Amino acid sequence: MSEDKDEAATPTATAESRFKGVWYEIVRGSTLVSILAVIAALLIGAILIAAINPDVHRTAGYFFARPQDFFAAVWDAVANGYLALFKSAFFNADRDTFAAAIRPLTDTLTYATPLIAAGLGVGLTFRVGLFNIGGRGQMIVGAACAAWIGFSLDLPAGIHLILAVCAGVIGGGLWGGVAGFLKARTGAHEVILTIMLNYVAFYLVSWMLRTQGLLQAPGSVNPKSPPMKETAVLPSLFGSQFTLHWGFVLVIAATVFVWWLINRSALGFEFRAVGFNPNAAQTAGINVSRMYVYAMLIAGGLVGLAGANQVLGTQSGGLTSGVDAGIGFDAITVALLGRSTPWGIFAAGILFGAFKAGGFGMQAAEGIPVEIVTIVQSVIVLFIAAPPLVRAMFFLPGRQRAKKAEKLSATEGVAS
Amino acid sequence: MTIDAIAVSESLEKATVRSWKTPISFAIFTFLAFIVFVLFAREDQTTFQLSPDNAAIKIPLISISPVLIGIIVTVLLSAATVYAALRAQAARKTPLWITAVFAFLFTLSFLAWAGSGSSLNITQLLVSSVALSTPLIFGSLGGILSERAGVVNVAIEGQLLAGAFLAAIVSSVTGSPWAGLFAAGVGGMLVSFILATFSIKYWVEQVIVGVVINVLVLGLTSFLYTAVLVKNTDTLNTAARFGRWKVPGLSEIPVIGPVLFNQTVIVYVMYLAVFGVWFGLFHTKWGLRLRAVGEHPQAADTVGIDVNRTRFWNVALAGAVAGAGGAYFTLDSVSHFGKDMTAGLGFIALAAVIFGRWNPIRSTLAALLFGFAMSLQFVLGAISSGVPSEFLLMLPYVVTIFAVAGFVGHVRGPAASGKPYVKG
Repeated sequence: MSEDKDEAATPTATAESRFKGVWYEIVRGSTLVSILAVIAALLIGAILIAAINPDVHRTAGYFFARPQDFFAAVWDAVANGYLALFKSAFFNADRDTFAAAIRPLTDTLTYATPLIAAGLGVGLTFRVGLFNIGGRGQMIVGAACAAWIGFSLDLPAGIHLILAVCAGVIGGGLWGGVAGFLKARTGAHEVILTIMLNYVAFYLVSWMLRTQGLLQAPGSVNPKSPPMKETAVLPSLFGSQFTLHWGFVLVIAATVFVWWLINRSALGFEFRAVGFNPNAAQTAGINVSRMYVYAMLIAGGLVGLAGANQVLGTQSGGLTSGVDAGIGFDAITVALLGRSTPWGIFAAGILFGAFKAGGFGMQAAEGIPVEIVTIVQSVIVLFIAAPPLVRAMFFLPGRQRAKKAEKLSATEGVAS
Repeated sequence: MTIDAIAVSESLEKATVRSWKTPISFAIFTFLAFIVFVLFAREDQTTFQLSPDNAAIKIPLISISPVLIGIIVTVLLSAATVYAALRAQAARKTPLWITAVFAFLFTLSFLAWAGSGSSLNITQLLVSSVALSTPLIFGSLGGILSERAGVVNVAIEGQLLAGAFLAAIVSSVTGSPWAGLFAAGVGGMLVSFILATFSIKYWVEQVIVGVVINVLVLGLTSFLYTAVLVKNTDTLNTAARFGRWKVPGLSEIPVIGPVLFNQTVIVYVMYLAVFGVWFGLFHTKWGLRLRAVGEHPQAADTVGIDVNRTRFWNVALAGAVAGAGGAYFTLDSVSHFGKDMTAGLGFIALAAVIFGRWNPIRSTLAALLFGFAMSLQFVLGAISSGVPSEFLLMLPYVVTIFAVAGFVGHVRGPAASGKPYVKG
């Protein structure tokens, strides 16, 4: 810690060193590292895009005769790819009306909605020192409960929707709670429990979806539920030409709730205490087992909200067993990128939503496999987790050991 | 020391710990057995076939009545439950062999019940159990080596997938499955280099690195598969596979012979790997050092072991072992690489590591259990067992939950696993 003290003392000496101090703050801040991590990941993505481009291959054949052709081809491939990503994730200026041009941004938010909700759920468990890989199962069960209320009951508009959303939250919460309860009661490892419960949920709901009288649409042979009743569908936020629906507002509310829970409530304090050091928390009189159960209940509820959001909003045509579409696992990366803080997860969810929307556009327009997005996303998280590496890559001054040690103790809460 | 304190310490010494987990788990399974095998008994005879059709020494078919078996098994299970409850009352543990017999009886009765009215080829069931558990065993050995050295290995999935990917390409290009197997190890090791670099050099939380690596490898292999392999299937994605190889003599032993000694080379390599890891970990200098840096790095450092270097190379080795398991997918099971073809098996392998308490032999047994359950669903799926197929597919996972919650309970990994070593 002594080195930190030295750093703090030097900038006050002269005007020049004060400027230096500000500069140091900027280059050492985690925001810059995050931005550089994104840039570095996009560069790696660019290399892959260029590597599979046929024009690049062709021009590489006569590289020594005309190298400018090669570089032009690389530039074209990468620029077109990322332009397509931007156009289908944020703003497409080629379209006639402003509404049509801004549509990609609303698509991004639609993709981001379940990612944020599920990311909040996973991130919350990280804060308690649990590693919840059960996003998939919690989401499937949440979606199934919400769907069942959504298509089977006849209720007035408003009440029906609220009930369906609550069912999703409760369903997901209970599924998460099972893992929390078993961990608290028997000491079984939550990683095993949540992985196993993922499979159990998937097969259970698959079976219900092909059994008449449970979730399958009457008279149908497809493993799919009937469409949701009109009264249970999340209304669209800006009219029917946009995919964005009220689920996004729910997710903003959920983010505020989690922020309040973790940073302002007594329960959140206990959560964090357990996350930092369960033994110390136990000694201080916190019931650690109970915290595990509560955390898994709430986390499951948040992931269940993601499921309800999908089945009542984005895919209201009926529940299938593929409802989670990888969101349960993506949520882990979202939570990691957001460093398990509510607003960090919110931002990370929107970034990943943009990648998702953009990735499909990129594949359609440029024929670049959509998996490029997965690669870029995971590289971003890797780089953000290792600031010294990013600093070394961009020749920035490194932080000292003290800072490293501080970061170390901050991340220790995750999955101990 | 005050009188109160003495009283407390005395009462602590006398305090007995009664664990009711085992009897409660036994009771649940006994109840299930009673409901399913007795109340919902199925009448038709079940035939167990114990030797393959072309075996030298034939064992006659065994026909049994599921009802009779169900009743006998339920009685025996009840007895075991009572015994376990009495042991728990006396604050003593139920011996492991009782649990093993319990599980065997339950499985036997389940097979008799599910196979009612048809013939079950037990040998075939066990043969495919061993085969299916091969990648799990390699994966869990990789997990054990890495975690015993102090680096949590959640990246088993990525190591398997990278191994499968490289094995397919190299075997296709060279036409030699041996080269493919070697490449699989290299693939897993490359993945491990990322894990080791980030967790040992950059002190990143190891679970995070592992999860992200899995996503990265999935993305990379799927990307290259779509962009490169699909267009060049004949040249790059048609692997030369290992054939079955009978061990002369041993493969003629009834039941055990075909199950253990009529497999592909990868399975035999697996036997060697299990023995090697077990022997190496517990009976060599290398193993002692590996465990030392994982349990107490400070102590290891004090006696002159370079902790981070030891960790780095053992994590690399762990990746190579797990990667070799990936070869099973493209050099044994099928000859083409496919997107996400490991389908979460790396996580099951991770479960086997924890289930087996970081011990190579116990983890191998746990992986065999998973393999058995997976193979069971194929065998029972082929006959009309009366159970919806989803429940059969669910079975391995439900059994794991019960086993982990009921019999294993709180497990403790290597002490320094997950903690970077900062000298100073």
